Amino acid sequence: MNTLLVASEVKKTFIMHMRGGVELPVVANVSFSLKASSCAVLGGPSGVGKSSILKMLYGNYGTDSGQILVQHHGRHVDVASASPRMVLEIRRDTIGYVSQFLRAVPRVSALDVAAEPLLIRGVAQETAHERARELFAELNLPERLWSLPPATFSGGEQQRVNIARGFITDHPILLLDEPTASLDAANRAVVIDLIARKKAEGAALLGIFHDQDVRTAVADHVIDVSAFAAGKSAA
Amino acid sequence: MSHSDTLEALAAAGIPAPVKPLLSVEGLTRVYGKRIGCADVSFDLWPGEVLAIVGESGSGKTTLLNCISSRLTPTCGTVHYRMRDGASADIYKMAEAERRYLMRTDWGFVHQNSIDGLRMTVSAGANVGERLMAVGNRHYGNIRNTAIEWLSRVEIDEDRVDDQPRTFSGGMRQRLQIARNLVTEPRLVFMDEPTGGLDVSVQARLLDLLRGLVSDLGLAVIVVTHDLAVARLLSDRMIVMKEGRVIEAGLTDRVLDDPRAPYTQLLVSSILQV
Repeated sequence: MNTLLVASEVKKTFIMHMRGGVELPVVANVSFSLKASSCAVLGGPSGVGKSSILKMLYGNYGTDSGQILVQHHGRHVDVASASPRMVLEIRRDTIGYVSQFLRAVPRVSALDVAAEPLLIRGVAQETAHERARELFAELNLPERLWSLPPATFSGGEQQRVNIARGFITDHPILLLDEPTASLDAANRAVVIDLIARKKAEGAALLGIFHDQDVRTAVADHVIDVSAFAAGKSAA
Repeated sequence: MSHSDTLEALAAAGIPAPVKPLLSVEGLTRVYGKRIGCADVSFDLWPGEVLAIVGESGSGKTTLLNCISSRLTPTCGTVHYRMRDGASADIYKMAEAERRYLMRTDWGFVHQNSIDGLRMTVSAGANVGERLMAVGNRHYGNIRNTAIEWLSRVEIDEDRVDDQPRTFSGGMRQRLQIARNLVTEPRLVFMDEPTGGLDVSVQARLLDLLRGLVSDLGLAVIVVTHDLAVARLLSDRMIVMKEGRVIEAGLTDRVLDDPRAPYTQLLVSSILQV
């Protein structure tokens, strides 16, 4: 099977200069790979560094050392050392991300928020909006909300806008940070179905799911993040 | 088509030729006597990219912006700009007339104080039309129509076209400045605290408008701001300055979510949450 991402010996430490330079080790020796048509799940107790790993893969957090090789436009690029421009290109075309919380921009409608990843890839606005509407309908987001900015939406409504935004493209790699945390059972089932379809299309997914049912339904294998606990492997 | 097929197709089609930077800043330094304005600043800016320069008052960000935009001569260092014909030109080695033409056509400058960027005693339409005349437009009707079209793009009603900007609110004046700059379809726009001094609701409207115009027109922008929220909303990359030097640079969300330098951590941790 085609390997789309390989993380090897990735290490991350926060240095808190506001607290006298105290070092906060997060993870070390993070090594795993993601294959096409599969969904891996990051497991382990909260605070163990699961979200930090997703953020490093997305280029949102820096790394101390190690490599994150991604198959991007047919070649291998290391996200950990890539230029900001390359990271943006990888996000546009290769790695999608559904964050836990939506960062709402004033005055921008839910429809535009969800359609944006297609628009920046040059898809026509009408096509992008149509695709966003389909996803909103599938996710049972009330139609009266579609043209409103999501700032005042409930947590579950914002999360569905975020999911639509993440699933709207055909990125080969998709990272999911607790996409079902504030959804009811019916909408969790929709997300499980969306994930299954992405897999069938050949995407490699990596997610964090606290909900046991969702995890059981989507996970092909579990990556135990406690094994990467910093300190454990400290030389 | 499956994802792996897409990847293979892209690889087979070959990787597109790399785009060259629009602007290359190299070792830019400006000193005022013994005091440093900005020191040894280097970066590249690509077409369509938005770069934010952040830092507190006195950090040298406006000095840097003025040195890059040829409004203030640097003590040393170079600024190369890729002209429309693809050739790279050192802006401080150009003839004065050529540089002025560049500033009037291919570059824009949005000032914090609209009084620095607008002519307060001529009409809004003339403010926009003036830059068109500078590039050789002479037909009054065309100029007026283009001006009206641009006023509507920045959400100023057509019936205000003959009013002087001194009768406009702060937010409207900033929008008029933007229209005046963008009418010649520049490729690079400099902005110095474009939302400074505006009410938050007015700020949000202006930022939303700027975001839309920047992406529709594929503008490259260098925006100076002390407001990290503005940097997050508008920019792809950012540079953090302190005492005239760059102390951290990178992808905007990386710098804001995982700040490394002590000063950047202080700035980020000083943001009030609402």
